[in-house]
Amino acid sequence: MPVKTYAGTEVTVNDEGFFTDPQQWREDMAPQIAADSGIPVLAEPHWQVVKFMRHEYEEKGTGPSVRALSKTSGVSIKELYELFPKGPAKLAAKIAGIPKPRGCI
Amino acid sequence: MVLGGGTGGTLLANRLRRQVADDDLITVVDRDGQHVYQPGLLFVPFGRVRTDRLTRPRVRQLNGGIGYHQSAASHVDIDARRVHLEDGTVLSYDVLVIASGAALLPEETDGLADATERGRASTFYDRNGAVALRDALARFDGGRIAVNIIDMPIKCPVAPIEFSFLADAYFRERGIRDRVELTLVTPLDGAFTKAVCNRELSGMLTEKGIDVVTEFNTGEVDPDGGRLISFDGREVGFDLAVTVPVHGGQAYVGRSAGLGDALGFIPVDEHTLQAKASPNIFVIGDAADVRASKAGSVAHFEGGILTRNIVSFLHGEPLGARFDGHTNCFIESGSGKALLIDFNYDTEPVTGRFPGRIGLPLLRESRLNHLGKLAFEWLYWHMLLPGHDVPGIGTDMPLAGKRLEAPAAGSHTAASPASGTRERA
Repeated sequence: MPVKTYAGTEVTVNDEGFFTDPQQWREDMAPQIAADSGIPVLAEPHWQVVKFMRHEYEEKGTGPSVRALSKTSGVSIKELYELFPKGPAKLAAKIAGIPKPRGCI
Repeated sequence: MVLGGGTGGTLLANRLRRQVADDDLITVVDRDGQHVYQPGLLFVPFGRVRTDRLTRPRVRQLNGGIGYHQSAASHVDIDARRVHLEDGTVLSYDVLVIASGAALLPEETDGLADATERGRASTFYDRNGAVALRDALARFDGGRIAVNIIDMPIKCPVAPIEFSFLADAYFRERGIRDRVELTLVTPLDGAFTKAVCNRELSGMLTEKGIDVVTEFNTGEVDPDGGRLISFDGREVGFDLAVTVPVHGGQAYVGRSAGLGDALGFIPVDEHTLQAKASPNIFVIGDAADVRASKAGSVAHFEGGILTRNIVSFLHGEPLGARFDGHTNCFIESGSGKALLIDFNYDTEPVTGRFPGRIGLPLLRESRLNHLGKLAFEWLYWHMLLPGHDVPGIGTDMPLAGKRLEAPAAGSHTAASPASGTRERA
């Protein structure tokens, strides 16, 4: 399994870069994961979303979809895309150290 | 009390009526009187079926001894165990079964209502849309058609792929296929989320000359410019947009404190189908947030499980029946052929045969599967809705006949440990 070093600690990720063990994640790793994903600075609104993703994962075992994220957090989908241009649900999940939100079939 | 007289509510009420005491009252509530055979809507745009053939009175699908009340729901008061209806009636319950399905929410997408009004966009997910689409296709003599899934989850996730296949066949028959550009535009990272099925369906889409645009999250439909615009700024041009609008739970779910999630679907235990909100609420079909497809076959398989669990609940016994996520779908591929897929929470759709080694071919085009799809309409009215098991087809997904592939080659998630092992070595 690929190994990455964030904030001086080795963590295992899958081939898309998502943490395989969310327990390995610490807040101080988030800025570097974000930078690797094309977000140079994690500002306060980013953090709100990242912490919310983390909370949802701990409550429900999966990160929310973009639409659920928008409805629950009150941040519009457009704004979420401005914060996380390549896709809020996926990118915020990656930065929050949780698995890719499960695909619906 | 059963809220919703569609596929799930009807079959559950009929099954339950046979299993509970005669003095246990069962009441089905629905906001309108017409039961629509939804799988048939797919064929309406191609002029293969008339909508009046697809509907029958809801009340006539219910067995004797089941009450029926027609009104929309206002909200559920979970603590008081009451359902408030919009006609002012308040019904109390010992057990509530929520079977109110998924709602189409076109208003959640900027420009979609306008595009629909002006005939630039339509959906085959409801009767009026399917008819409008039939007329739009009949007029269509060349140009770009975008089949757009706006967001997941949706009912019958293979339907947009089927629509694309049928549109390909339809324009071939009309002799103008070379003048029509067909594009399937999806928020998923492939035509289908599961690897083996995605590989087979993607191959078929390519063969038929249907383009696929993936990871496209539609933010706006622009009727003037004829463009789908994604939230991340990409565009797909169209002359006619065939859209699958955003789905959510019914509005009353949002007005019922503690019942639903952010999208109005109802969190349940995915095996017992008991709502997380309350032990005396159960959910069947599209209204639940389970990770199975929103499909009639799921409601059918859930029906047997849920009936047993409700009977156990009424007797104060533990809920022993467990739903495995069993889903079974015919995928119409055009020119009188279809594929069949059969899967559950843990096993993705694979090749082989169903329901056993001798049976219908899985994930392969065949005339037999098309006949199966046509026969399903009769089964729906005469076996599924009355709440009977289909002979030879059990509630649990059968493994016999399935060609299971090694997980490493099979799925996205399973592929990563294997590739990781190689990296480390």
